Parts: sequence; structure tokens; C-alpha cells
Amino acid sequence: MVGPHGGKLINRVLKDKAEVLKHENEFEFIKVNTDVIREVENIAFGVYSPLEGFLNKEDFESVLNRKRLANGVPWTIPIVFDLDDKVAEKLTKGQKIFFQYNNKPVALFTIEEKFNFSKDEYASKIYGTTDIKHPGVQRVQNMNNTLVSGKIDLISSSLTEFQNYYLHPKETRVLFKEKGWLDIVAFQTRNVPHLGHEYVQKAALTMSDGLFINPLIGPKKKGDFLDKVIIDAYKTLTNHYYLKNNVVMSILQSTMHYAGPREAIHHSIMRKNFGCTHFIVGRDHAGVGDFYHPFAAHRIFDEFPDLGIIPLFFRSFSRCTKCNAIVNDKICPHPQKYHINFSGTKIRKLLSEGEVPPSDLMRPEVAETIIKEDKIFVE
Amino acid sequence: METDKVTIKIPRVLYNNLKEIISDTGFSSVNEFIVYCMRDIAASGKITEDDKLTHDEISLIKQRLKKLGYIE
Ligand SMILES: [Zn+2]
Repeated sequence: MVGPHGGKLINRVLKDKAEVLKHENEFEFIKVNTDVIREVENIAFGVYSPLEGFLNKEDFESVLNRKRLANGVPWTIPIVFDLDDKVAEKLTKGQKIFFQYNNKPVALFTIEEKFNFSKDEYASKIYGTTDIKHPGVQRVQNMNNTLVSGKIDLISSSLTEFQNYYLHPKETRVLFKEKGWLDIVAFQTRNVPHLGHEYVQKAALTMSDGLFINPLIGPKKKGDFLDKVIIDAYKTLTNHYYLKNNVVMSILQSTMHYAGPREAIHHSIMRKNFGCTHFIVGRDHAGVGDFYHPFAAHRIFDEFPDLGIIPLFFRSFSRCTKCNAIVNDKICPHPQKYHINFSGTKIRKLLSEGEVPPSDLMRPEVAETIIKEDKIFVE
Repeated sequence: METDKVTIKIPRVLYNNLKEIISDTGFSSVNEFIVYCMRDIAASGKITEDDKLTHDEISLIKQRLKKLGYIE
């Protein structure tokens, strides 16, 4: 089985909760939102191995400037905790505070260091732009001015929605071993599956032992498919069109950064921690608008010969009327005029009108599942 | 002087080759690259005690996976 990133699978879930909760009246509380909780749980459950907490200044700057942690391990997206200046001012090194969520202490945070950062530098290095139209840049500009680093100890998990699909790296690793898989391909998604997605997954699966479908569950934009719809659609697809022994679906609780190439590396690292050996990278992976070159998320992998997970690049897929098959640019010689693209816009429009898209775009069972949902899109 | 580090000698030709290999990567020195690679090999060769799940932990995980329908 592939080793965890940085050599050690992190587990920062407290064994003795009672011992820590004794300090409930003594330690200060800081209220945190769901986005922070997602990061906290990813740290604690080892999705972000080797991180044991939020980045300190040295690691933060190293990630910005070198796309690596200070010790050289590849890391491309800063995992940081920002805090209001006035609140941060009172905190001291070594102090322990509780993260409060839903009115209860859910994690212990041991303060290591406080530091300021330049939002413009953060934005331009991570997103390659300071354009406020970029959703990642927007988030950075809305952050507080102080970052606080320190280790996390999880008291209890709060992400109870879709709990039945919420597997942690130590669980997927046991699962993959149990299934006898060696080569495991991970597929990242935020969408309901059409035949193009299925083609890419099955092309990759043909050469490996197992496929790990790992939808990203997190904050959504208006008009995005609801998390439940994505999960149900995949459940239907895998039930009807995949062999049970070759596919696993579980969710990833995380925030989309829309950091394109840097995020493709980040997505790979997380899947390596789940125990995957390969990661599918499509056209404009984790991109938004036209901020990135469509294949920038492929080229960045050249900088990481030591990543420890193998990217599988797909440049395109479409239906070729001449081949009468779903094809990609490596296998079909026919000109563009024979190609029908999988139009997300068209599929979305049909579904929103309660119509089943043509069966050469989307599996009818999948379409029926989606249409039957009370709500399909984020409002 | 740092006493927690040792010097290891490698052929200069190999050193120069490695220097070339890492020139466009985030590694700032051959030393850093070698430490990284060795750490990775050391880690995958033998899982550290902290990572190793106990028999009870594994059977708890299997129970959950069974309950959720991931394994028979
Ligand atoms: Zn063709």
C-alpha cells in the first residue's frame, strides 16, 4: 500500500476526551464555522498528513514560494487559521483553546505562533491572480489579518451529514487492503456523472484494480448540484454500471479553492493519504473562468517527481459520431465536426426542466434519480 | 555544529546528475532532495509504530465498513 504523504498517517483524534473536557471552564473558547471544522477534521483524520495543525509562518511562506513545506515535502495550498486581530492579540504561545461548534467544544487548539501576511501576495502566489472576481482571491481578501498556527486535537466529529459515506484515510486503507487492491485510481468530482465521466473512470479502471470515487462535499455556489444529488446519482450509476468489487465511493469534506494547478497537486496528496496510487486529472482541473491554461494542472506535476502518487492526464473526451464511441484526442483521428461534446450546460438545462437527457449523454437511471430529488440545485 | 546530522559521501557524478534533475523543482539543494527521497523510502519500507493499527482498531474499522455496506 502507498505510504501516507510525508511518511506518517496523522491521527489527532483524542483518545481521552474526558481528560481534556475537564478544562472546559478553564480554557477559552473560540467559535468556528463549518469551513474551519472541515479543515480541523481533515487534519485530525490524516487527510492532510503530514500536517498536524495549521501552518506556521515558515511553512506558510515555504508553501507560497516553493510549493513545499519547510522540510521539502510537496504542499501547495496553505492550510491556515485566520483570526480577528483583537482576539489573536490576547493569545500566547502554548496556550490551549477550545474550538466551539454547535455550542460545544469540538477540538483543542494549541497556539504555536501568530503572524501577519500579505493578502495580495497570498492571492498572486496561490491563485496566480489578485483579481477579486476569482472566488479564491475573494475568500483571501475576506480573511482576517492574523494567522495563528498550532496543533489540533479533535474531540468529536461534527460533520454528521452524509456520515454513511464519510470514510477516513485509515478506514479506506483497511478497505482497499480488504478488497485486495494494489493499483487504486482516485476520481475527484463536484458534479453528477455523465457518460464522459464514466468513460474516463472506466478507462483508468481498466488498467488498475479499483476506482475510488471521491466527491468533494463543501461550500457551494448558487446553481451547483446539491451534495445529496451528486451522491445519489453516483450511487445509482455504480449500482447499475460498475462491478461492486471494483469501485468505492466515499466523500471528501473540503473547500474548493479554485486554485487550478496548485489544487490539482493538493487533490492528489489527499487521495494519496486515502491510499490511492493514481489520480485522474482532467482539463482545467480545479479551474474557474479562464484564469488558468486548460493544461496548467497537468504541467505542474513536472515539478513534483517526488509526489508519491501518479497523475493520469485526460485532455478531452467527446462522442465521435464516426467512431460511434466515446473518444479522446489520443484515440480518435476524426475532425472536430464529428465530435459531440458533453455539454454540462445542456444536461443541466434538461434536468432542471424535469427532462431525461439523451441516453448517449447520461445514463437514464442516473437522470431519473436526479429528477426524482425534491431539489437539484443550490438556491 | 549540529550533532544530530551525519555526512554521507556520494559519487560526484551522481551528485551532478541529481543537481540537474532537481534544477526546475522546488528542491533548493541536492541534500534536501536526498533527505526527502530517503525519508520516503524509510517510511514506505516500515510503517512507524504510531501508524500501525491495533488488532482491535482494525476490527472496529471492519465492523463499520460492513455496517455501511462497503464490505460483505
Ligand atoms: Zn472518431
